[in-house]
Amino acid sequence: MENHQFLFNFISEYTGDILAGVLIAIIPLALLLVYALVAIYGELKIASFIQLKLGPMRTGKWGLLQPVAEVFKLLQKEDITPDGADKPLFNLAPFIIFLGCYAALSVLPLSSHFAPSGLNIGLFFIIAISSLAVLGIVMGGWASNNKYSLIGAMRSVSQIISYEIPAAMCILGVASMAHSLDMNVISAQQQGGFWNWYVLGGPAGISKIWLIPFTVVMFIVYFVTSLAETNRTPFDVPEGESELVAGYHTEYSGMKFAFFYLAEYGNMFVVSAIMTVIFFGGWSSPFGDFLNSPIWQIFWFIAKSMFFVGLQIWLRWTLPRTRVDQLMYLCWKILLPLSMVCFLAMALGGMLY
Amino acid sequence: MINYLKNIIKGFSTILVGMKVTFINLFRPNVTVQYPNVHPLVRAGSDKMPDNARNKLNVIIPKCTGCKSCEKACPVNCITIETTKVASIDTEKPLMEDGKKRVFWLSQFDIDFAKCCFCGLCTIACPTSAIVHSTDFEYSCYDRNELLVHFSPFNKEQVAEKKRILAEEVKQKAEKALADKQAAEKAAQEQNITDSKIKSSDDQTSANQNIQNNSN
Repeated sequence: MENHQFLFNFISEYTGDILAGVLIAIIPLALLLVYALVAIYGELKIASFIQLKLGPMRTGKWGLLQPVAEVFKLLQKEDITPDGADKPLFNLAPFIIFLGCYAALSVLPLSSHFAPSGLNIGLFFIIAISSLAVLGIVMGGWASNNKYSLIGAMRSVSQIISYEIPAAMCILGVASMAHSLDMNVISAQQQGGFWNWYVLGGPAGISKIWLIPFTVVMFIVYFVTSLAETNRTPFDVPEGESELVAGYHTEYSGMKFAFFYLAEYGNMFVVSAIMTVIFFGGWSSPFGDFLNSPIWQIFWFIAKSMFFVGLQIWLRWTLPRTRVDQLMYLCWKILLPLSMVCFLAMALGGMLY
Repeated sequence: MINYLKNIIKGFSTILVGMKVTFINLFRPNVTVQYPNVHPLVRAGSDKMPDNARNKLNVIIPKCTGCKSCEKACPVNCITIETTKVASIDTEKPLMEDGKKRVFWLSQFDIDFAKCCFCGLCTIACPTSAIVHSTDFEYSCYDRNELLVHFSPFNKEQVAEKKRILAEEVKQKAEKALADKQAAEKAAQEQNITDSKIKSSDDQTSANQNIQNNSN
């Protein structure tokens, strides 16, 4: 798959390789920032509508400028570093977390002709780089010199590390069916309509029907783990307000807090994008060749990802927070065995087709 | 093992039930009223308030008899009433709302909402339901004096006029009474005079009569 370098080659003809690389790197950042504004607005509005309220209505028409106002509010705030904090670690933590989310965006294939970086081990890279967020959380929690931060960070780390195992099982299952870790290849294999998506057993013809229950369960398992990995409700025990003030980012304010906030929403997009790529055909159109040009592929990719972001927001305002022991029970006793069974079935499918 | 699977399925299906509930609520019309922009009563489509709503007081002057029951009932003395009797020589013949003759002009009917505690005791005390709670609950203002509301239909000149008419009537009555008295006295005097004239003209007989009378 050489054509995903299309944009890079096009720009580097005029500017040289290094500048082209920088320009390409800006694209996911811009995408992330714009997406964050949309997601924050969507979160506020969906939350309000579910509770039969209106949500923000004063900032601009229908409160459309509310996320912008919130960003400006955070920019104006004093950037506090507590006296007792371990200053280098404390100041580094939000950027490490943001780095994990931003780097993960670099391998997402937005279209068959464009991925910021066309790694052939994209899925592996994402699992590896997402683990950086754990490092940032534990750094921030420890360096804050605050018991709530530390408890929140420890809960978060235990949660993320536990849930990475079923998540990795899901990704491994799909990788074994696709015989590839390249996200662009996996997306390309699922072209030709939604029937070929891996959530419905992959592009293997009618004989794949026995595989469908396993892949659907695998998708549900991955969705649950993705909620846990982004610390979203119902798995937001690390930042449970009623118990831990705000968890690992209690002591942060101003721009550093904004980075935590941005990273949370960015991670939501990343896990949704992974879900899109491995289960829902990535950039491929759900209707075969209909609207399947490279520009439309960007639309399909973002639309599918935003659908899952919306699903996460919807679930957040449906379910209450789980207890810590319930969280671990769900991971080790339910998701892991289920994902293992499904992985075996999908590996068998990968051998057969 | 079966319990374990049942537990998973139950957990999953209850999550779906919850998601269905929130999804239905997502598209239901919201209940928020954008209050300063949209008045809640306008939004509700009527001027109905809850039955026990105790808002700003309103006085229906045509119903008010000027009995001052509300003034007496008020626990914070925020009602000030001054009545002027309707003069019978007044060209205006006021009627109450129910068609009866009005006895008192309400020359002053002030309620100070800065003092009012919205207890509603005045509405209970009122015999004719002239003082009632309105549906108006917005009366913040920049000057406390604006909270002193005058319900009297008269301005100062009219009150002065009514008082003048009443005073005139009283004066007329007094004059009339005086005149009556004087006339009575005069009549009595005249009576006496005529009596004395009779006396003088017919002294003898009258003397005799007097003697007879006295003896009687």
